[in-house]
This record gives sequence, structure tokens and C-alpha cells, in this order.
Amino acid sequence: MARKLPRKDVVIVGLGWTGSIMAYEIAGAGLDVVAIERGPWRNTATDFPPGYAADELRYRIRHELFLRPDQTTFTFRNKMSQTALPIRSWGAFMPPNGVGGGGVHWNAETWRFLPSDFVLRKHLTERYGANFLPEDMTIQDWGITYDELEPHYDRFEYLCGTSGQAGNVKGKIIEGGNPFEGPRSRPYPNPPQDQPFSPTLFAKAAHDLGYKPFPQPSGNMSRAYQNPLGVRLGPCTYCGFCEWFGCGNYSKASPQTTILPALIRKPNFSARDNSEVVRIDLDGTGKRATGVTFVDTDGNEWEQPADLVVLSAYTIFNVQLLLLSGIGKPYDAQANTGVIGRNFTHQTTSDVVSFFDPAKFVFNPFIASGAIGTCIDEFNGDNFDHGPHGFVGGGYMGQVQTNGRPIETTPVPPGTPLWGAQWKKAVKENYQSALKPGTGVHGSMYSYRDVYVDLDPTYKDRFGRPLARITMDFHDNEIKQNKFLTDKFAEIFQAMGARQVHKEYRKGPYDITKYQTTHLCGGAIMGTDPATSALNRYLQSWDVPNLFVLGASAFPQNAGYNPTGTVAALAYWAADAIHGKYLKNPGQLING
Amino acid sequence: MRRRSFLLSLAASLVSTTSLSRAALIHDRVPWAPHPNSAPEMERLGPWQFFTADEARAMEAIVDRIIPPDPETPGGKEAGCAVFIDRQLKGGYGANEGLYTLGPYIKGAKEQGPQSQLSHAELYRKGLAGLDTFCRSSHGGKPFAELSTDEQDAALKKVEAGEAKFDGVDGQGFFSALLKDVPEGFFSDPIHGGNRDMVGWKMIGFPGIRYDYRDWVKRHNERYPYPPVSIAGRADWTPKNRER
Repeated sequence: MARKLPRKDVVIVGLGWTGSIMAYEIAGAGLDVVAIERGPWRNTATDFPPGYAADELRYRIRHELFLRPDQTTFTFRNKMSQTALPIRSWGAFMPPNGVGGGGVHWNAETWRFLPSDFVLRKHLTERYGANFLPEDMTIQDWGITYDELEPHYDRFEYLCGTSGQAGNVKGKIIEGGNPFEGPRSRPYPNPPQDQPFSPTLFAKAAHDLGYKPFPQPSGNMSRAYQNPLGVRLGPCTYCGFCEWFGCGNYSKASPQTTILPALIRKPNFSARDNSEVVRIDLDGTGKRATGVTFVDTDGNEWEQPADLVVLSAYTIFNVQLLLLSGIGKPYDAQANTGVIGRNFTHQTTSDVVSFFDPAKFVFNPFIASGAIGTCIDEFNGDNFDHGPHGFVGGGYMGQVQTNGRPIETTPVPPGTPLWGAQWKKAVKENYQSALKPGTGVHGSMYSYRDVYVDLDPTYKDRFGRPLARITMDFHDNEIKQNKFLTDKFAEIFQAMGARQVHKEYRKGPYDITKYQTTHLCGGAIMGTDPATSALNRYLQSWDVPNLFVLGASAFPQNAGYNPTGTVAALAYWAADAIHGKYLKNPGQLING
Repeated sequence: MRRRSFLLSLAASLVSTTSLSRAALIHDRVPWAPHPNSAPEMERLGPWQFFTADEARAMEAIVDRIIPPDPETPGGKEAGCAVFIDRQLKGGYGANEGLYTLGPYIKGAKEQGPQSQLSHAELYRKGLAGLDTFCRSSHGGKPFAELSTDEQDAALKKVEAGEAKFDGVDGQGFFSALLKDVPEGFFSDPIHGGNRDMVGWKMIGFPGIRYDYRDWVKRHNERYPYPPVSIAGRADWTPKNRER
């Protein structure tokens, strides 16, 4: 029997980027807010100080900052006809855990989506005709426009101190930036990070090929920065232990380095760590959330009553909690009905590994940050004519020098034996003169009728609750897209003077053991129609109006960019709707 | 209980108003304790902790074939790769700590990931036994460690190719684990027992945990000149008579 805690105005489930943003915004409105986080509190000084943060084995290989599959995991299958099996150790993506969430160990690649990404079906249908899209592709429009989201992108970038070069300020194209980006209201708060050797070579080769290269927008500081909340970040030192790691220098934008120090001082905010929310509680009508139930580390159940529930866990945990709480109609792929679990997507990445003459090239790959590099955006979204190519979607591509950590990044030419004297010699010869971009081709994955999340019939978590089941495979559209993009990417390395260029295409079937990104998207998507979306355009549940669901779970499909910028902008957008609309008149904000 | 969890519960009792075991109510200020939450543990030289003497002999021979010595750089044995794997198998990695271990266990498609019921420790125990049995049957009773290096290479190639069948364990799976774990021992921070004297890092020119390259990021196509540093520092920081 759950013990009941005193009522709060708002309970927030998960204290990562979106939970922190929402907590700060609505605590600012004077509401009494509690955030409940499954993992531990994490602090720079005590959890990842520079003295031992740079431990590749511990953090990159043994995944110390991530969720442990024995806490909970997912089952996976490619096709509906297969039996899904549990993911026993992480592979294709890395679910975060603890205060700060994925914001602790992200690369800090801080992008905006393209204006056309938000009206994708409309845009593609108008340009190419409805028949151009595969029949089982279920992409849809978001119910929001880039222009509506722009002020919120801006807020996040200024919160983070994003380092970058604007390409389009209020419609004016700026040399050196990304000319394809949507118009921004002002430049980035900080100049781009300094570029090591390899991204400058990439920039030159890309420019000579007629592209418009630009520095990747980075949440790693190019200089010291004080954000609008009064929190200060230090300059990035290019330590090369960024993604998968916590930053010991207060140089990577994270909830810890941008919001939490300001949030924690608010007297009407509190957080509970090491406490896992197991369900959202509903009243007898099923139309109103009464709070959440969580379990502490001793297995005690607690009930936290609240007037407003904000679900802000990682994508798939949002979906799982909705399913376990009986909120919204579960998606049924056979019948093509229901919404929870629908339009689930990931990413279509690939890489090109290139080998240069060791006598002429020294790249110092260890001089790196999670997001320094040069990118091009010519082949993202609908920035190019897809007509002749027979696929839709795209991605950015770049020489992003994220690390020279030797367990992970010791590339050897194809054909080298996997062990023995020849392997050892090849590792030694190529370490300084090979390029394996930390982010290479970063392609979109669009949504399909047979790619979704539901509850597994067999496997359970440690509380005996069904695991979420992932059914996912690559479709021809994404395979074609990846082939096209990878070939274009390889041409640039050829032009840089590589003597050997090895293309690692992404091929089907989707493999749960091969890391791509942690950008799982969809499953509780936003939209304009309750029949095909779980949330309205304000991320408010169509079914339970005092529930808002934040995060990439709201994306109807995934674009060719890292999602965090959009995830955070949507959190600000939803917070504004709660502030400006919901609190004045609590109820459904859209007449569905 | 590691110090980390002790400190967490200490922090919890200091700041919480309702007792939720390690779960804490955080309010008004950032929880802080005057020690690292999760200081690393340093592996030390000394007796084998997981391997038997025979297993250790075999492992030292194996790691020296996977990463053989050459005139400039020691091989896996001298670099401590077997010690590294021994310490890892004795610890959480060996016990599959943190992994999802509930059944049913069903063999699926390779895209669905490993579904073995064996822990890493059991995989090595059975794999090493299988390797010796295989070698004894084909080399007049000699275990792996007593074969010539050429014979050892040939035997490992058979295991790699799936031509050597082991009893009760997938030989190729064992070999895949070796290909992952041995280079990890060669390249991970020396505090974990391998990469002794940072030989792996020196071989490729990786400077370790220096953590600050602001003065070097714009020096393009220039070789970084400074020697590596480990989490535990560097041997020449310590007077010779007090090393280790």
C-alpha cells in the first residue's frame, strides 16, 4: 500500500533537460513543484571531477553514467512476426539515468530543425506529390511551425551559451554559417569553438566542391559565459572526454551547468532522487491525473498527489508509462488504430573512415570536444531536389572530431587482421593519420506503420511490469538515403587527400547491438488530430488534460539533426502554454 | 557497500525530511559531501584474483598472441592485459552486474543481441578449459601455454573461424570477448591493471587524461610533444624507491 505524501501543485517525472526547464519555468509562476528522478543526484565536483572523469573504460565501455539494464530494459525485434527478446546490454542507444539525464553525457551538438521539418507531409506532398512517399510511411505535420518555436530555440541556446556561427539572421544570409537554417532572431551567444586540423581540411575540401561548410553549433563553451539565469560556464579545454562522460570543467551545457544551481534555490521547488515513478494515477473517470506513484530504493511505494503532471523521462519511458497507466489508446499496427506507441523512430547514421599518409598528416584526434567540427547541410531535410533520387529525408554530415580515446578510436584499414602483429602495427601507424568522424552522416528516420512501441507479452522489469517492446527495421527509403549521403560524404574525404576511404553504409536489418545515437523519437507524438496523435500542439495529452508529455517522444518523425535543441525548445513552448493559457483556465487547450 | 552508496545514504539522511532509504528529498541547496561520490578504485599487482594458475598461464600466452611484443612496444603480457582481465572478471564485469538477466533465454536473430545465460566469468572459465582441451587433443596432450607461438596462432585462428568446437560454450563467442577485452587492457587507464607504464598510449601517442589542449587546438599538423598522464599520475612523478 502506497504511503501518501502531501499534495503538490505540479509533479515532474524525470529531471533531465526538459524536466529542469519545465520546473524552472513553472516554479517561476509560484507553483509548488516536485521533480521525481529515478537515478541519483549528480554533481560536477563530486561525480565527474577532472581528476578521474577521463576514464574511458569506466564511462565509455562500462557505461557508468547510464541506466543499467537490470533496472529496466526493452525487448526488440525487427518484424511483427518475430518474438522480441530483451536487450541485455546496451547497444544501439544509451538510455540515461540520474539528475541531468542525457544532458550530462551528450555531445552538446545543438541544432534547430528546418522549417520544412515541422510541416513535413504537407511540404513533401506539395513538392513531389502524394505518390512520391512510400505507402506505409506515416509521417505527419507537427501542428506547430518553426516560426512559433524560434523564440524557444533562442532561449535554449542562450541558456546553454551555444557556440556557433549564425547562417541566417532574420532572413539575412551570413557568410560562414549554415545558409539552410531557418531565420534566427539573433546570432549565437558565443563564437564557434576553435577547430583542430581535420575539420579545417574538411572545410576547405567541401568549399572546393561547391558546398557551404560551417562550424557545428556546440554546447561546449568557446569562452567563459554567464547565462540569463546567472549561472557561469567555463571555456572548453578540448579534453576529448565529452560524449558518454560528464564534463569536469563546467564547460558543457547541461542542467547541472545551466539551470539546477538556480532552480534549487527556489523555495517552492524540491527534487527526489533514486525514486522511480511506476505509474501516473488517474481518478475514476480516467480523464484526470491525480498524481504519480513511485518506488524508492527500499521498494517502498509512495503516492505523490498533484494537480498537474509533467512527464519528462526519456522517450521510450514516457511511452511505457502512458501504456502502463492506461492513458490514451494503445497503437495497434495490425488494425492501424490507437496512438500510444505510434510513429516511433530512431536515426540513420553511417560513417566514412579515411586513411591519410602518416608521413604528411598528424591529426591529434584526442584534441576534441563533443561537438567541434565542420558540417555541411546541403543534403539535409528537403534542402535538395529528391525527385531524381527516389527517397525522402536526409541529414547533415561533418568531420566532427569528438575523440581519440584509444579503446574506441583506433581505426585500421579494411582487410587488416583483427589481432596479432599486423593489427598492432596498423593501429600504431594509423592512429594519428586516420579520420573516423565522431559524427559522420547524421540522417533522418521517417515513421512507418510497422515501427512502433507496445508492451511485451513475456518479459518483465524488476517490479514485474511488462517491458516496452520495440518493433523496428530500416525501410528502403532510409537505406537509399544513407547510400546517397554516404557517397557524397566520402567524396569530401577523397578531396581532402586521403589515400584510402572506407564507406561504412548503414544497412538493414536494424541491429540493436550497433550504436547509432541515443535519439529515439516518437511514440507519444504531437499533432492536430486525436486520432493520429497522443498530444496536442502544446504537448498536452488529448485524453488527460492535466498531463503534459515532454521530450522527443513528441516528434512525429525524426529529422536529420540531433534532437536536443528541438526537445528543449518544445519544453519552453509547453511551459509558456501552461503559464499563459493552462493555469488561467485548466482544461483542454484545444477543442479536439 | 561501496563508498558511493554510503555517501548517498549519508547525504539522504542529512537532507531528507522523510526517510526514503537512499532516495533523498533535495530542497534549498545542492546536496554536497566533502568527498568524491564515486572515486575510482586502483587495481594493484599481486596474486591472481580470478584465474587459476593454469588459466593465468594460458591467458598470458593468449594476450601475447593477440598483442604480440615487438622491438618498440611490449606485448599484451608485459602490458598487464591478463591482470586487467583477471581483475575485471573478479569484479562486476565478470558477474554481468547491471545487465538484464531475467528469462526466458531464447536464441534469437543476431540483430537482437547476445542472449547467453553465461556470465563473462563463466565464459572465460569454460572458454579457457575448452581451448586447452582442444589443444591437448590436437598437440599430443599439450595445453595452449606449452605450444610454440606459431602453433598458438594457428590454434587461435581455428577458434576464431569456428573450426574448434568447445564443450558447453561457444568458442567463437569466447574469442570475440578476447578481441574486446584484451585491447581494453592494453589501452585503458593503468589504474585498471593493464596498459602498464602506459605502453599502449605511448605506442600511438595518446596523451591520456591531460584534459586541457587549449594551447594546442590551433597548432595544426604538429605532433603533440608531451608524454601521457594517467589518473594515477606518471611514474616519473614518484621517486624511484617509492614506486608502486
